[in-house]
Amino acid sequence: MRSHTLVVLVEDKPGVMNRIVSLFRQRGFNIDSIAVGPTETPGLSRITLVAKGDDRKIEQLVKQLYKVLEVIKITDVTDDNLIQRELALIKVNATDRTRSDIMRLVSDVYRARIVDAAPDSLVIEVTGPPEKIESLITLIRPYGIKELARTGVVAMARGSRAVAIGQPEVVA
Amino acid sequence: MTVERRAPNRDARRGWGKEGKGMAVETRARDMTTERQPSEPQLGARLICQALVREGVDLIFGYPGGAVIPLYDVLPEFPIHHVLVRHEQGAAHAADGYARATGKVGVCLATSGPGATNLVTGIATAMMDSVPLVAITGQVPQHVIGMDAFQETDITGITIPITKYNVVIRSVDEIGPVIQKAFYLAKSGRPGPVLIDIPKDVQLAKGYLAPPQPLNLPGYRPTIVPHRRQIRRAAELIRQARRPLILAGHGILISGATEELVRFVERVQIPVGLTLLGISGFPASHPLCLGLVGMHGFAHANRAIHEADVIIGIGMRFDDRVTGRPSEFAPHAKIIHIDIDPAEIGKVLKTEVPVVGDAREALKLLLEELEPLRHDEWIETIQSWSRPIRTAPSGPNGVLQPQYVLERLHVLTEGKAIVTTDVGQHQMWAAQLYKCDIPHQWISSGGLGTMGFGVPSAMGASLGRPEAEVWAVVGDGGVQMTLYEFATIVDEQCNVKVAIINNGYLGMVRQWQQLFHNRNYSETPISSPDYVLLGQAYRMPARRVTRPAEVDEVIQWARSFRGPALIEFVVNQEENVYPMIPSGGSFREMIDVYETQEGEW
Repeated sequence: MRSHTLVVLVEDKPGVMNRIVSLFRQRGFNIDSIAVGPTETPGLSRITLVAKGDDRKIEQLVKQLYKVLEVIKITDVTDDNLIQRELALIKVNATDRTRSDIMRLVSDVYRARIVDAAPDSLVIEVTGPPEKIESLITLIRPYGIKELARTGVVAMARGSRAVAIGQPEVVA
Repeated sequence: MTVERRAPNRDARRGWGKEGKGMAVETRARDMTTERQPSEPQLGARLICQALVREGVDLIFGYPGGAVIPLYDVLPEFPIHHVLVRHEQGAAHAADGYARATGKVGVCLATSGPGATNLVTGIATAMMDSVPLVAITGQVPQHVIGMDAFQETDITGITIPITKYNVVIRSVDEIGPVIQKAFYLAKSGRPGPVLIDIPKDVQLAKGYLAPPQPLNLPGYRPTIVPHRRQIRRAAELIRQARRPLILAGHGILISGATEELVRFVERVQIPVGLTLLGISGFPASHPLCLGLVGMHGFAHANRAIHEADVIIGIGMRFDDRVTGRPSEFAPHAKIIHIDIDPAEIGKVLKTEVPVVGDAREALKLLLEELEPLRHDEWIETIQSWSRPIRTAPSGPNGVLQPQYVLERLHVLTEGKAIVTTDVGQHQMWAAQLYKCDIPHQWISSGGLGTMGFGVPSAMGASLGRPEAEVWAVVGDGGVQMTLYEFATIVDEQCNVKVAIINNGYLGMVRQWQQLFHNRNYSETPISSPDYVLLGQAYRMPARRVTRPAEVDEVIQWARSFRGPALIEFVVNQEENVYPMIPSGGSFREMIDVYETQEGEW
């Protein structure tokens, strides 16, 4: 059992996410994170999926996903040299006594930003691999997290090889 | 009465091919392909019918309602025979039976809301058994979708897990492309049901039917011809095998591979076990046919699985009713698995050689690779394990035995009838005893196990193959779920003979209760109407059989005329289906009648 990161390219049609999520529910696949957005190609969306399971379970997940008509390509990038990024917004309690500690921690150690400040709270924006976000959350938690929003992971392999359909457009 | 009322419609249908509006439709379609727009835009409802005609549809099972009135308004203009069912579930099962009997796409039509939800069981049945079906549902007008309008339901949401694909047509321009795509998806690759939801305003909008286009489906490219390397690996494993066994499933029938399978089997001399839906895919009378495998499969067939060193699964999916406990299934065998759906391979069992592709194409390639082989000793050994299914006319209490009825039905129809079934004991007896040699003569709900399937699917099969003698073998439980379709069968004068095997119980559940729940017959005794009177009420000739001596005469009576007939066979109430491997069990736990108290007579 380990975490797999899958990049799924799908046609941007109504109901695609519904079909995919319905499939996970029906067949009992556990999804840790799912993030979706447009790609370099119009009409194509990219889903980054993090799921835990043994290799057979993940193979079955991939095969079942391929049966969704709008799914065009699935790449398991788990073993690639991967850039993984996630964004989190954290609203944390801040008093006059704790505010400067939080701000130092956030900006010096995590290179995160304070995007909003109120008399008794701060909103932190942090970007990075999920482990970094986990670690910041752990450190911030004692101050009292009022609200937490995470986007889910997006991922891309380093180097020139791309997960895409067909040939990249060549600019002369 | 009703028959006469419908006769003009049918006459009109016969005339369509030569002249009249059917011709006009064709001409219009041809005009379209030469890029000339017809002068007048057409109603969406007409475009739907034209698109259906273009796909070769000449038969629809349906039921009108508010959201499809525009479609029904124009349907009589087209060379499509509409069969008015009595419940939409009947329409879906009939379309399913039609598809299984003819190999063509079955079409059913229902209104929005309850009409659409009534199709659900039939769609799910077709999904589990890979049957090409197009279900068309009306939908409330788009401006009220999402407003909980009268008879609105999210049928595309509901049917996501039970369709191969589903779609809402959102504008009149989409009608041609969507219908073209729906039929292609339904019948290609691993077939399955496709649902098209059409809001009423789209049916009423005016537009043009786009000419057929090459389909652009980047996410759908089924592998038809298998990879040669995998075929070679399979051939090598088959060559090395000393106790090989083929398990043939529905894929043989879907791909039309019976001839290739027979040639292959005769060349390599490997015996064949059949899944429930594989029945009729390989002739039962062939000396290398072992017949049904699995929960109620023949003892020697299941033992062959247990002893085999190589199993070649072709067009089947190692369903739990075949494997029992997967960890103890075929413990000595390496698995070669040929299937068009890659997701089936490795889903249940560890597979030595996966072969993705059409069963027929795979067999053709295997025939190229493999020289004649012999397994005489293995075949003799399997045959020495064979014990007959007991078919005595009556039990110790003198009451008619159900197995005898099935055996006589096979003999008297010379094994040539199309047999549809419901689900339960009668289904298993039919699978064991109605020996099928003709492809597509066996129509049964396998994966979903849908009670109530037998009668409407028989109607669909009969309308698809009017020349055939169709027997719906059903139980007294299942028949009461869909017997309202007797009315349709009589309307259409289908050549359907309904054989009700009446044991006064939901027999299969009762059998489980007897064997595994201490004979606690909780809610399984079930009463029936007087089926002879019921048949008469539906203007359907009907008779009751209670004694073995009457069986032949009454079956012959039903066969002596064309058109519907009903026979109730009152049989031994507590007869069990044997052999039986308990659910989730292994071959070692198989119970055969000869080892039970019942085996003492």
